[in-house]
Amino acid sequence: MASKFQRSNRTGWLMAGPAGLLIAGFVILPFFFAFALSFTNQRLISPNPTEFTGLANYRQLLGMAVLTVDPVVDAAGAVVLKDGVPEYPAIRSFTRNNPDYPHLQGMREWTSFTWGDSRTYILARDVVFLTAIVNTFIFVIVVAPVQAGLALGLALLINQRLRGINLFRAIYFMPVVVSIVVVSLLWRFIYDGNSGLLNNLLGAISFGAIPQIDWLGNPSTALGAIIAMSIWQAVGFHMVIWLSGLQTISPTLYEAGAIEGASKWQTFRYITWPGLRNTAVLVLIVITMQAFALFAQIDVMTSGGPLDSTQTIVFQAIERGYGKQDISGGSAISVILFVIVLTISLIQRWLTRERT
Amino acid sequence: MKHSNWLAGAAVAAISLGGAAQAQTTLSMWYHGAGNEVEAKIVDQIIADFNASQTDWKVEMQSFPQAAYNDSVVAGALAGNLPDILDVDGPVMPNWAWSGYMQPLQIDETLIEGFLPGPKGYWDGKLYSIGLWDAAVALVTRQSYLDELGLRTPTLEQPWTGEEFMAALEAAKASGKFEYAFDPGMAWTGEWYPYAFSPFLQSFGGDIVDRSTYKTAEGALNGEAAIAFGEWWQGLFTNGYAQASQDPADRDSGFAAGKYAFSWNGNWAALGALSTFEDTVFLPAPDFGNGSKIGAASWQFGVSASSKHPEGASAFIQFALQDKYLAAFSNGIGLIPPTKTAAEMTDNYKDGGPMAVFYDLTKAQALVRPVTPGYVVQAKVFEKALADIANGANVADTLDAAVDEINADIEKNGGYGH
Repeated sequence: MASKFQRSNRTGWLMAGPAGLLIAGFVILPFFFAFALSFTNQRLISPNPTEFTGLANYRQLLGMAVLTVDPVVDAAGAVVLKDGVPEYPAIRSFTRNNPDYPHLQGMREWTSFTWGDSRTYILARDVVFLTAIVNTFIFVIVVAPVQAGLALGLALLINQRLRGINLFRAIYFMPVVVSIVVVSLLWRFIYDGNSGLLNNLLGAISFGAIPQIDWLGNPSTALGAIIAMSIWQAVGFHMVIWLSGLQTISPTLYEAGAIEGASKWQTFRYITWPGLRNTAVLVLIVITMQAFALFAQIDVMTSGGPLDSTQTIVFQAIERGYGKQDISGGSAISVILFVIVLTISLIQRWLTRERT
Repeated sequence: MKHSNWLAGAAVAAISLGGAAQAQTTLSMWYHGAGNEVEAKIVDQIIADFNASQTDWKVEMQSFPQAAYNDSVVAGALAGNLPDILDVDGPVMPNWAWSGYMQPLQIDETLIEGFLPGPKGYWDGKLYSIGLWDAAVALVTRQSYLDELGLRTPTLEQPWTGEEFMAALEAAKASGKFEYAFDPGMAWTGEWYPYAFSPFLQSFGGDIVDRSTYKTAEGALNGEAAIAFGEWWQGLFTNGYAQASQDPADRDSGFAAGKYAFSWNGNWAALGALSTFEDTVFLPAPDFGNGSKIGAASWQFGVSASSKHPEGASAFIQFALQDKYLAAFSNGIGLIPPTKTAAEMTDNYKDGGPMAVFYDLTKAQALVRPVTPGYVVQAKVFEKALADIANGANVADTLDAAVDEINADIEKNGGYGH
């Protein structure tokens, strides 16, 4: 005769079973598939057999090298100046069919800097992927705190007993229930370079002093435009989570604070914020994970352009795995993303752990 | 074979339908044109005529939206679930044939002798697909613009040279009448880039991939000719002749609104342009040194490899090749009929018709996109390279990177069976 604990445990497993099976079948199993495929040359469709290729996909994605070159000198040994700056030999002459630099074959310049007379180039085998990693990190670093902060502000605003407050809650939450694809399409019109709403608005309030900007067509504004739109779109969701956190704080604490004569800031700092601790952890982790998965906005609005300024990790994974039929390359990107997100989640867990 | 099918079909029909005139074997068919009523009406008519014309086969069609069509076929193939007859975009066909989705057609090839080259889908020496139409691109402008700017009207025999073309753009820009001199169609991302722009590259003497071996793009896409093409392409944007990022609405109505002097556009947009400006003219592509070139090949019909009745599927496709259907597609949706006899039956492409020039253009200058299974990847790489160059990326570096990516893909696929 099993104890009560074991019986209810069995019921628990039974209840969790269907969900567990679905997660195993559609999340865990595909992940192991992706992990295995990333070590092969598997194609989406191909009559050729799959071959084990070891770490080739990862080498292709992450391969980097450093090359230091001296400026071009003329016959007399003087540095050749072009427009007042020293001229350097083209990187192309090192990375293409140069038998002296076989390890650089096929690499491209990622970034470079000048040190003294010579110039140091950081070369990468897959510049687009590295750009995608950097862009994704910029996106996460901006979106996580700004979105969480704005959502908290909104939650505080609507956590009041006012007439019609539900209307405001509904308005703030509305972008969340609209499909991200629809939102992205609408924002494409808002950001339009000629007659977009944003340009018209800026033109009107500045009396035409602000020139028309092609927000999504300009490499220096495209990522920022997508960041702003993404923050706006999902802020309502996190506002609701903050709100639920706010409503778990006992009103007696606020009453006690009021009796003690606490200022608004003190009330927030010593009652509200500590009460939101667990909510804050949840919101931050959820935003971070969602931000790393940035894809739909990119796919609809920019396709990674212009000049790779909006490439992201997930967009690259899908573009390669499906668009370019390279399932193994896409899988390798997914595995790299998994490692990144796991690492960051563990760090976040550690930073926000319960200190005794 | 046919006989036993007939018997099986008859038995099933006898049981299920009480033996009405249902002795036909059903052939399933997928088509990419969902949502286009005119197109659907013509295809339905062909199917109805075919089903009524004989007693062996009965074709049933299922339509897909174009944007989801290729994905559906790939998913269907992975699941072993393809129809008997499918349609396929010309340049994608080698990929599907090589991947084992399609089998060669069993049609009488003397029937297609008079066809334009574009609609004939050959891979590995065998005919896998055949199109009921072709499409062509021309430099669209108005006679009045040419006269005002004092430009020679180029002809098929004597197209503009590259210098003449650039001088024409310069004249249009200097006139100050236009927002941009040239509208290449940058808003149409996707297949438009390789379809519309790779012929410029070929006119310069380069190509997306080396067609003599199909094993490498080195030299073809980053050789001297390709770099000259890239510099020219970039110059279009840096010198203000064209815009690198275009509003889709401008692409659709910019020429009609007088924003552009020259628009690089297809025959499908020709009727609209003609109805806006009576003096619209369709000029051949400029010749950058290796002849003036335009793209060819549009959607075509083929038979899936898993079809149990390829002879029936081929019979349907052969039936559809009649001139009256070719003319019907042309009249209905403005496409170029693949035979001269069908062209004579249409309103727009008959001799002296307003769009007859497209028939001559495609006959004289059309060059199919690289016939290789790797094209689907190469097209994407090419598109990205051109978008990056238009946005100011270094030409040689960008083309080098594109070559590396194409070559790595060819290698990863064991040479794609070439």
